[in-house]
Amino acid sequence: MDAITATPDFKPTWVQEKLFLGMPFKEYLRSNYTLFNAVVAFILAIGIPVILYRLIYGLGPSTNLSDNNPWGIWIGFDMLCGVALAAGGFVIGTAVHLLGMKEYSFLFRPAVLTGFLGYLFAIIALTFDLGRYYRIPYPMVVSWGVNSVLFLVAWHVALYLTCQFVEWCPAIWEWLNLTKLRRIFVKATLGATIFGVCLSMLHQSALGSIFLLMPEKLHPLWYSEYIPLWFFMSAIVGGIAMTIIESMASHRLFAHQIKNHDPEHLNRVTLGLGKAASVTLFAYFFMKVIGLAHGNNWHYLDTAYGYWYLVEVIGFVFIPAMALMYAVQNNRVRMVRGWAVVAVIGIILNRLNQSIIAFNWHLDWADRYVPHWMEVVLTVTIVTIGILTFRWIMNRMPILYDHPDFEPEEH
Amino acid sequence: MDADRRAFLKVLAGAGMATALGVGMPASASADGDALPGYPDQFGVLVDTTVCIGCRRCEWACKETNKLPNEKSLREYEKDQAVFAKLRRTHADTFTVVNRFPNPRDASKPIYVKKQCMHCYEPGCASSCFVKAFTKQPVGAVTYDASLCVGCRYCMAACPFDMPAYQYYDAFTPQVTKCTFCFDRISKEGGVPACVTMCPVETMTFGKRTDLIDLGHKKIRDNPGRYVNHVYGEREVGGTSWLYLSSVPFNTIGFRTDLGTVPIPTLSKPFLSLVSPVFIVIPALAMGFYSFKKRRDKLAEEEIKKALEKKEGK
Repeated sequence: MDAITATPDFKPTWVQEKLFLGMPFKEYLRSNYTLFNAVVAFILAIGIPVILYRLIYGLGPSTNLSDNNPWGIWIGFDMLCGVALAAGGFVIGTAVHLLGMKEYSFLFRPAVLTGFLGYLFAIIALTFDLGRYYRIPYPMVVSWGVNSVLFLVAWHVALYLTCQFVEWCPAIWEWLNLTKLRRIFVKATLGATIFGVCLSMLHQSALGSIFLLMPEKLHPLWYSEYIPLWFFMSAIVGGIAMTIIESMASHRLFAHQIKNHDPEHLNRVTLGLGKAASVTLFAYFFMKVIGLAHGNNWHYLDTAYGYWYLVEVIGFVFIPAMALMYAVQNNRVRMVRGWAVVAVIGIILNRLNQSIIAFNWHLDWADRYVPHWMEVVLTVTIVTIGILTFRWIMNRMPILYDHPDFEPEEH
Repeated sequence: MDADRRAFLKVLAGAGMATALGVGMPASASADGDALPGYPDQFGVLVDTTVCIGCRRCEWACKETNKLPNEKSLREYEKDQAVFAKLRRTHADTFTVVNRFPNPRDASKPIYVKKQCMHCYEPGCASSCFVKAFTKQPVGAVTYDASLCVGCRYCMAACPFDMPAYQYYDAFTPQVTKCTFCFDRISKEGGVPACVTMCPVETMTFGKRTDLIDLGHKKIRDNPGRYVNHVYGEREVGGTSWLYLSSVPFNTIGFRTDLGTVPIPTLSKPFLSLVSPVFIVIPALAMGFYSFKKRRDKLAEEEIKKALEKKEGK
């Protein structure tokens, strides 16, 4: 933590040190008058009332959901994209703790934090979508609908959130100087990682399996027995691509936190991640083609939905796979980062296609779903609060750097 | 089925299907519809769309029985022809609707089709619900328990007939709404759903589903040219309690004929069967891999140690 002190002999109290970045309260307040925070304040000024409006007046006035279209962007974007793009914690955790790829270990904490917050805020967003949000623990404690894929999703997402919390805990205990607790949680990391791998494999694919029940509503180009596998593979891509983007952003924004910042090391690792993303994208692309062949749906390609499908699969899967491969082979780190963004857009596009655009394709346009402005505002608000939380933690806890008072993690 | 047993089953209904099975139901309703008969004594309704005159009394009776809001007088229902201008679907305050379709055989006699929950053999809504709010009752009704519902609306997405609706405008205690098959009425000896009782022209026949299928096919056989040779609901998504007869192809009067005969719950079973294997196989593989890695690191370390010792020894 870079302790900016007002005067050379100023000794921050515990609260000042832990919460106000080592500044007196007034100074800390002043340090928050930034353009970024002004934008955030603007978003919250609109978003918080919208959230309250949803809670007080219900889903009817605040959304465009209907009896034909029970799910909108709070499921399609907040939940499906949020969880897929938060897979970084699981992917990097597997690489570092199970496969022993030590080179990537410095990415573990930021990836786990991103993953944890991604899941947390996906669940928070989901809460607003639920008609009776206050019953959210029901599938855990009141009634078990074990035949439902959603039951599996609910349990796994809750358990996985706990796993990621355990993985993130050492950073919290270091921040609070709790040595003994930290040691216990460092030891639990391996177990949490293995459990997390199982949970991630299942709930990432289960989020896709939700749509297995709707062959008559989902366009055949997006419906297949392979949906679980598609969702799982694309979530890995999402996790890797988000790690590339997140590590670039945080090493730039929080560069002052890292003592021996070695851009070369980050570049090397980024190329490695780019390669992994490319290979996974290729595999995902081939699975998409096999799904197409398996369902014998070729004739749909020459329709409006077919062209849109090709935009997704060629434009946002195949081309990024090729481009990433080219970039890695020619050591072009910036290009890797750029195409990682395209891959992420591709995942978002896929989830929206799956849940909204190709869903209910048989209905007339008049009966189709278009999000209400309040749905969009609420989504933006939740994402903004997520970013705020991320920044708050990054500024306080040893996420990007090793805490000087503690040994590096070993288990 | 005798009255005592019926009452007994009704008590048990809340305790879940599994318990009900224990009292002598010959087959599980959660098994594939193809392989097993489900509840063989379940009731059904056969709707003959060639008979319906579009008086919408059934809609009125439904609202009356279920105490639904926005009810109008019976006269208004009978007079109001304007509603037929648009195809309607079920909503939070309407469990059943009658729609009008042009008759290609005789333009002066439009076809009226009553729609409501089909009460599937293997309901998609029940298999989608993560709190088990839906139950396929042995009498045939698919019932909904609002006291469990969290409001995720997966049931609405999973219903191939688009029947469940939602009380979107209720901010704090919204419920999923759909036809109850007048569960309380038909659970009593001799009970008949309100809409069936109300119908002035006997469009609907209430009875044992197996008998109704026979009746449907008999009507088709006995009246050549009157019906298309299809009892809708006999095999659709594994079979439904409500069955339909029509004089024109079903897809021209608002039915989906592309649903197939596979029960909806079957579709997610292969995936769900993967859950336990993943928890057994993946940790084993991961621990194995981890041990290999540890051993490899240890060997490498020893190698370095040896090399260093050798060097020093020289």
